[in-house]
Amino acid sequence: MKMGVLALQGDFAEHVRILEQIGVTAVEVRLPLDLADIDGLIIPGGESTTIGKLAVRFGLMKPIRQLASTKPVWGTCAGAIFLARDARHSQPMLGLMDIAIKRNAFGRQAESFETDIEVPEIFTAEDSRSVHAVFIRAPLIESVGADVKVLARLSDGRIVAARQHNLLATAFHPELTGDDRFHRYFLTLGR
Amino acid sequence: MDQTVGTMGLKRGLAQMLKGGVIMDVVTADQAKIAEQAGACAVMALERVPADIRIHGGVARMSDPDIIYKIMDSVTIPVMAKCRIGHFVEAQILEAIGVDYIDESEVLTPADQHHHVDKYAFKIPFVCGCRNLGEALRRIGEGAAMIRTKGEAGTGDVVEAVFHARTVFGEIRRLISMGNEELMAFAKEIGAPYELLKETRDLGHLPVVNFAAGGIATPADAALMMQLGVDGVFVGSGIFKSGNPERRAKSIVEATTHFRDPKIIAEVSRNLGEPMVGRSVSSMQESEHLAIRGW
Repeated sequence: MKMGVLALQGDFAEHVRILEQIGVTAVEVRLPLDLADIDGLIIPGGESTTIGKLAVRFGLMKPIRQLASTKPVWGTCAGAIFLARDARHSQPMLGLMDIAIKRNAFGRQAESFETDIEVPEIFTAEDSRSVHAVFIRAPLIESVGADVKVLARLSDGRIVAARQHNLLATAFHPELTGDDRFHRYFLTLGR
Repeated sequence: MDQTVGTMGLKRGLAQMLKGGVIMDVVTADQAKIAEQAGACAVMALERVPADIRIHGGVARMSDPDIIYKIMDSVTIPVMAKCRIGHFVEAQILEAIGVDYIDESEVLTPADQHHHVDKYAFKIPFVCGCRNLGEALRRIGEGAAMIRTKGEAGTGDVVEAVFHARTVFGEIRRLISMGNEELMAFAKEIGAPYELLKETRDLGHLPVVNFAAGGIATPADAALMMQLGVDGVFVGSGIFKSGNPERRAKSIVEATTHFRDPKIIAEVSRNLGEPMVGRSVSSMQESEHLAIRGW
């Protein structure tokens, strides 16, 4: 299996490292030709405005949308914003997932936080239902369409992870915690 | 469930989100918008860019908070601001303002000739400059969550940025080949905390993100620093002291992403207008060097 990681800007190397640890070949994607021959794509954390502008400039919008029609695509933080239909801000968007997302929803860096969240849809074993989640100037998923399944919420009910068929969005960064379960789950979305 | 804030993971984590990007010096809200529009991953809010600090002379201090607030209100990307080396009250003010990152910077006039700020005392992360591995690890030992190899800010001459990046990466390459019994002597030699030196050896790189800074003025300069091995670049005077800041900013962002692709760097380097005039570092007096500040 060969997974692409969008490598325009952000923490793509962290995703590549985890994919390689679990035995998946990872390909850094900077140009449309890098998308040939991959089985899915991860859009990393970073600055969503930077990633969006570079994706437009180097002709990646259309080929990523095409890829997403058949293969799994996962966005973490900035990547989740980029995947969304609406970010309440004028910036390039893939518009693939029927979610409305609010950027910097918790505030600036002083409000960045870590917490444990339950993801019952994915992790059912009694001893490991929760994951440690890192929220850095993180977005929130404010609303989801009928086709979208909510995967995780904060204890106050606000949505931080969602799935729409083969598309996955997380407001936090599983690539930073050394827990590879989200990456393993993502690999199953293509099957 | 419990939420924790201000952890080292969150501080280092924000720097990880900046990787592969360009952090641009800006002095007004309009410049900040131009930087964001060009694809900057963050901006550094300043009263004067380094080239003007050199011309202005005198004591260079933290910027007027009003300038920083206006810049924070004008963009959605992270905003950094500089305090003087060792000036922990300027750092407290920047934390109270709510900037996303504090740069304890040699570009400003140092406030303490022996000590840097205790960065563990802050919830907001710090980036600090270094000329070599020992200086980098001392800063990390004080709590810095991000490092930038120093160049000569405000010159448009990349030579010092190259020298210091090569020095750090060269020392790390030497370190990687060392056995356990050699580490303490090396820690003593370079003035580095032993535990951080060992961690760096085991990781094969610094335990925090490392950008290049100082003298970067062209897309080729940015790609040069990236190929040498840094995680991203700071561009200070090089953008808004050039003939066409919009185009130059955008092209430096594009060259930083495609730093291994000379065809793309050639394409984005076309028709950028005049670069900043610049001053060669070799023509400067020792006393004009800013990079030597830091202990």
